[in-house]
Amino acid sequence: MSEHERETDAISGVETTGHEWDGIRELDNPLPRWWLWVFWACVVFAIGYWVAFPAWPGVNSYTQGLLGSSDRRDVASALVELDKVRGAGAAGLKNASLQQIEQDPELQAYALTLGQSVFGDNCATCHGAGGAGAKGYPNLRDDIWLWGGTLDDIAFTLKHGIRSGEPEARISMMPAFGRDKMLTPVQVQDMTEYVVALSGRPADRPAVDRSRQLYADQCASCHGVDGKGDQAQGAPNLTDGEWLYGSDRGAINGQIHNGRGGVMPAWGGRFSPETIKALAVYIHANSGQ
Amino acid sequence: MTVVIDRTKSPNPNGDQGPVSAAAAARRKAGEGGGSLYKPRTPIYPKLVHGRWRMIKWALLVATLAVYYIVPWIRWDRPGDLPDQAVLVDFTGRRFYFFFIQLWPQEVYFITGLLVMAALALFLITALFGRLWCGYTCPQTVWTDLFIAVERLFEGDRNARMKLDASPMSFDKLWRKTGKHAVWLGIAFGTGGAWIFYFHDAPTLIRNFWVGTGPMTAYVSCAILTATTYVFAGTMREQVCTYMCPWPRIQGAMLDNHSLQVTYRRDRGEPRGPHKKNQSWEGRGDCIDCNQCVVVCPMGIDIRDGAQLECINCGLCIDACDEIMVKMERPRGLISYDTDHAVASRETGGVKNLYRFVRSRTVFYAVALTIVSGLMIWGLTQRSAVDLHVLRDRNPTFVRLQDGSVRNGYTLKITNRSFAPQTFTVLIEGIPGAQLKTPGAAIASDRLSVVVKPDEVRAVRVFVTAAPSAISAANMPVRMTMTSPTGEARVQTNFLSGEANAR
Repeated sequence: MSEHERETDAISGVETTGHEWDGIRELDNPLPRWWLWVFWACVVFAIGYWVAFPAWPGVNSYTQGLLGSSDRRDVASALVELDKVRGAGAAGLKNASLQQIEQDPELQAYALTLGQSVFGDNCATCHGAGGAGAKGYPNLRDDIWLWGGTLDDIAFTLKHGIRSGEPEARISMMPAFGRDKMLTPVQVQDMTEYVVALSGRPADRPAVDRSRQLYADQCASCHGVDGKGDQAQGAPNLTDGEWLYGSDRGAINGQIHNGRGGVMPAWGGRFSPETIKALAVYIHANSGQ
Repeated sequence: MTVVIDRTKSPNPNGDQGPVSAAAAARRKAGEGGGSLYKPRTPIYPKLVHGRWRMIKWALLVATLAVYYIVPWIRWDRPGDLPDQAVLVDFTGRRFYFFFIQLWPQEVYFITGLLVMAALALFLITALFGRLWCGYTCPQTVWTDLFIAVERLFEGDRNARMKLDASPMSFDKLWRKTGKHAVWLGIAFGTGGAWIFYFHDAPTLIRNFWVGTGPMTAYVSCAILTATTYVFAGTMREQVCTYMCPWPRIQGAMLDNHSLQVTYRRDRGEPRGPHKKNQSWEGRGDCIDCNQCVVVCPMGIDIRDGAQLECINCGLCIDACDEIMVKMERPRGLISYDTDHAVASRETGGVKNLYRFVRSRTVFYAVALTIVSGLMIWGLTQRSAVDLHVLRDRNPTFVRLQDGSVRNGYTLKITNRSFAPQTFTVLIEGIPGAQLKTPGAAIASDRLSVVVKPDEVRAVRVFVTAAPSAISAANMPVRMTMTSPTGEARVQTNFLSGEANAR
């Protein structure tokens, strides 16, 4: 680009801007009148806007504008409105028992919708979006429950959690038999065979026989003589096909050795009683009960 | 930074400057006074005419306006909380009501079908009788006719109106103009005001509208229709037909030489010329060039130029010409509904009144119309009052239970279009001894009973459990069936169990 003298174009009779790009010069046509009008209208509008609405930042504050408009306040009042709208739906949950909610088609539909949304935001991280769980996180869709699967059991677990530190939390403690040297590695090995046998799988007979007395002494108080577990203590059933920490010998051995136990937070402090109810109904309904 | 410099005014007003834009060039080319790219409207002052077609037009004007204003007020008893309005487009409730028919949004194809039928009927009528729609029943024609009648009431007929427009402003002119526009606005408001009753319960809305508690859409729609009616029928009139409407352009494809159209019979009228009393009619045409056909035309055209895009075939020139022909003691019908083919045939001394109804295009339109109408009637009579949709759970696809049986979850969407509550029995076919369970039910069973309220869709969670012995494949095709006293529905779906459980 180079600067040239402004000159008048011979063909159109219009003055050029005096700029030249590789021999191409630009006519200095006037701005369209409509464009000018729009421009000035925008200028006038902008001045009006400064006066009417919050516009200029100051050191500690900002110009408030004559109309007193505030997005912050609008959001706050919209949230209050939202609470009112939700309150209307939640009132039904408040006064009904868990059983009544599940029996009533409309309350059930409301609880399922609310429950699904809350579950997705808070529970799905561990239990999965569909509630099918993962290793170490119980499957909530089947008929196997560590702490009981009735509506009231589920609601209690939700409210107080498991090993959550909350005073009423559900607590069970699988001892770390190996790590704490309560059993020798060989005994843990034998006990693994015993547990495999409990679930109906082929196991090393002599090892099973060796462990029989040890099981009665160490394990039966929680898991039961027949190994069917006890929901009151949160002791898993060892005879079914469901294994929270894995079903192979290595996983079972590891569990006897380390005695792992997961933590479920107590949601009572975070959710309203109505939300806990909706969540309990959602989980109960999806467990096919 | 951009510096804005206004150079719209020439810096050298006396200098010879070239055109700066296409618009300016056009302005310059158009010379003094005609400084616009757009053709200004030439005012048209249609004269009042009396006669057969004018009578038909008045009758149709009253009839079509009556239909428009009365229909939303027709009551039709429906049970429960359902609206009792015969014709209602209920956006809030997402339903369309037409007397005994109720349509759901997913059945909008019936509306499409109706539009296809309307289009085909229009094609057929146009192929047979020309632009009857344009001339007699199009809202633009009806309202323009009404507005011209109001104009005539305030300002008098053609000559008086022309004189008034040419005269300087006076009290007389002012009140006539003001009165005309006020009545126009009143009619326009009435038009917009009636439109909104098709979308809400009319008796409720008319009260709410006037006390200011009506829905915002009602006020906005009413305002928009008031504005468009006033502008289209009051000030734009024939320009809407000529420049805005696509139909005059499409009609070229619908019409042929055998279509009936408002036609100047040039075989009889030419050569035209003024006629003195007692002068002989020998060797000349019947047209006396009195221009009555032109002055009555609301489109401002000369029908003697032949069929043209602007002509809406309203037939007013027929009445005007007939009146003159009677005075001249000549036969009526110099301008008449006739076909190009007949005119050409008479010109060459052929058959006098040749008219063919049955032509390939009319047969085609008639057959197409019959087929579409048949499909519509079949569809309406065959449509089921109930509907079932099955959504299989995808996460998890299946759950293995303690005893080794497998459970799948489904969400059933059951539609009850009837106006009474329905009890549906849901079964699953394809798995021996399958157990169905819905949340809230006490026990699982081989069948489910679901009550759905009238005019509603209910979503129901259903869990299907199959015993290990019943599982024959990892993916079993199954069928959900739903029966009620009024109808049944079957949906094909799958029962998944995973390879390990299928063994």
